Amino acid sequence: MTARYRYRKFVEWANWIGMLCCISITVFFLVAILGYVLVKGAGYINWEFLTALPVPAGESGGGIANALVGSLLVVLIASLMALPIGIGAAIFINEFPSHGTGRTIRFLAEVLTGVPSIVVGLFAYDLVVRPMGGFSAFAGSVAYAFIMVPIILISAHEALRLVPDSLREASLALGVPKWRTILGVVVPVSSPALITGVVLAISRALGEAAPMLFTAFGNSFWSLSPGKPVATVPLLIYTYATGPYEDWHRKAWAASFVLLMVVLVTSVLTRAFLRGKTNE
Amino acid sequence: MNSETYAVQGNFDKVRSLAVKEVSQVVKEATDTVRMRVEGLSVYYGKLHAVKQVNLSIATNKVTALIGPSGCGKSTFLRCLNRMHELTPGARVEGKVLLDEQDLYGAGVDPVDVRRRVGMVFQKPNPFPNMSVHDNVVAGFKLNGTRDRKVLDEVAEKSLRGAALWDEVKDDLQKSGASLSGGQQQRLCIARALAVNPEVLLMDEPCSALDPIATTKIEELIHELKEQVTIVIVTHNMQQAARVSDFTAFFYLGELIEFGDTGKLFTLPEKRQTEDYITGRFG
Repeated sequence: MTARYRYRKFVEWANWIGMLCCISITVFFLVAILGYVLVKGAGYINWEFLTALPVPAGESGGGIANALVGSLLVVLIASLMALPIGIGAAIFINEFPSHGTGRTIRFLAEVLTGVPSIVVGLFAYDLVVRPMGGFSAFAGSVAYAFIMVPIILISAHEALRLVPDSLREASLALGVPKWRTILGVVVPVSSPALITGVVLAISRALGEAAPMLFTAFGNSFWSLSPGKPVATVPLLIYTYATGPYEDWHRKAWAASFVLLMVVLVTSVLTRAFLRGKTNE
Repeated sequence: MNSETYAVQGNFDKVRSLAVKEVSQVVKEATDTVRMRVEGLSVYYGKLHAVKQVNLSIATNKVTALIGPSGCGKSTFLRCLNRMHELTPGARVEGKVLLDEQDLYGAGVDPVDVRRRVGMVFQKPNPFPNMSVHDNVVAGFKLNGTRDRKVLDEVAEKSLRGAALWDEVKDDLQKSGASLSGGQQQRLCIARALAVNPEVLLMDEPCSALDPIATTKIEELIHELKEQVTIVIVTHNMQQAARVSDFTAFFYLGELIEFGDTGKLFTLPEKRQTEDYITGRFG
């Protein structure tokens, strides 16, 4: 073995160790967060926690049912707004490039993903809460939609870009109009990636507390009305975690665990579903 | 003298009227069998003049081959025949393309209608990956909103038989179109194009991505298909042009150099450039 070769072996080994360290640190933090939330929160999870309303401070028991349902309600309404806008804009950018506005729209969407969520909440407050005269689930949905639209737009744009032009041409050459080509070929072919993007946006929104502070506001009781203030899980975590009671802190951990599981399970199920679909 | 003059004049009139009759008969026959006529077609990509003033007639139920070196404009020319070319940003077309004497570039002609009458098969097989074999064949109907199960099934079988693929796929029409072999995929694409019953079928190097056996099958298929449809095929392979076509057009640097009967063009070319190309001196 020459000295040169030994030296190269050493460099390879050193780099390998270096990269292993980087990976370990990344994985460590992920596992640490999951583990910590699990240890702190899982013990408190029971049927009552998932199905009961919160109880007044000082009493034991109670749950987060209204916040769970509230979160889903707010995200659902937000999705109904953000989905058509985000995907529609992505279709416009990708399928009608001759307009020349695509780059600008895409750039603005990228900027929009960087807007702090608290600012989005403030904006929604001025846009919806003030004119409507009060906090509401709908205002929360508007704030979430602002967060979701650019994420959906960017991921959908990437998804549509991956559809080969040969498929568009195949459809057009059959005498299929452009709009039917988009709806019948381009969107179905890219649908797995489109769905992944939407789920990503939903997961991202589900965990945001800041935009909820002055929009959905929170509520200790049941409410399914979009026009009324509503409890959401991140908001409840924020309230409980900053509160003075030991019991509240435990509930904050438990709620965090529930939120984490919802996001995790949703993305794992989506992936499994899509994998099954593409393997057909 | 006078009578003689009259006699000559009379004969002359007779001959002339006969000649006029004959010529008009020839012209009529010629127009009867001409499916497409291209007049003064020029194509530009921005400033690049890709196809220059081409005049060409495409005979009904015959195979016309377009040959020439890469970049000679033959694919561009082909894509003008069903207005696929205008999908390319910056492309501009001048001149006329007549299908049954109707100008496809005339005012008020919808390119969607043009493409229904002039179908296309591409270089790389491009079945829709999200659709089964069956749905691929009837995609032209389904994407345009036809739902009638019976009609679709009939069209699927007829087109698959027409493309000599039926026997290979009839046992499982529901499997994905992308699961077929390359040659089968290309025949699937031919079936898909035939399903909408086009008058003309354009083929853009349909065999260049296929192995020799699959190529032979497609060539045999072209022979059968010309009974029902007019075919224009772009090919890089001169042997293929000689095997499958009735007429051949040789393009070079955007110009149509020579056009004529395939047998004659390959044995007794009129132009020096044609001879150089088919004998392999350049290209």
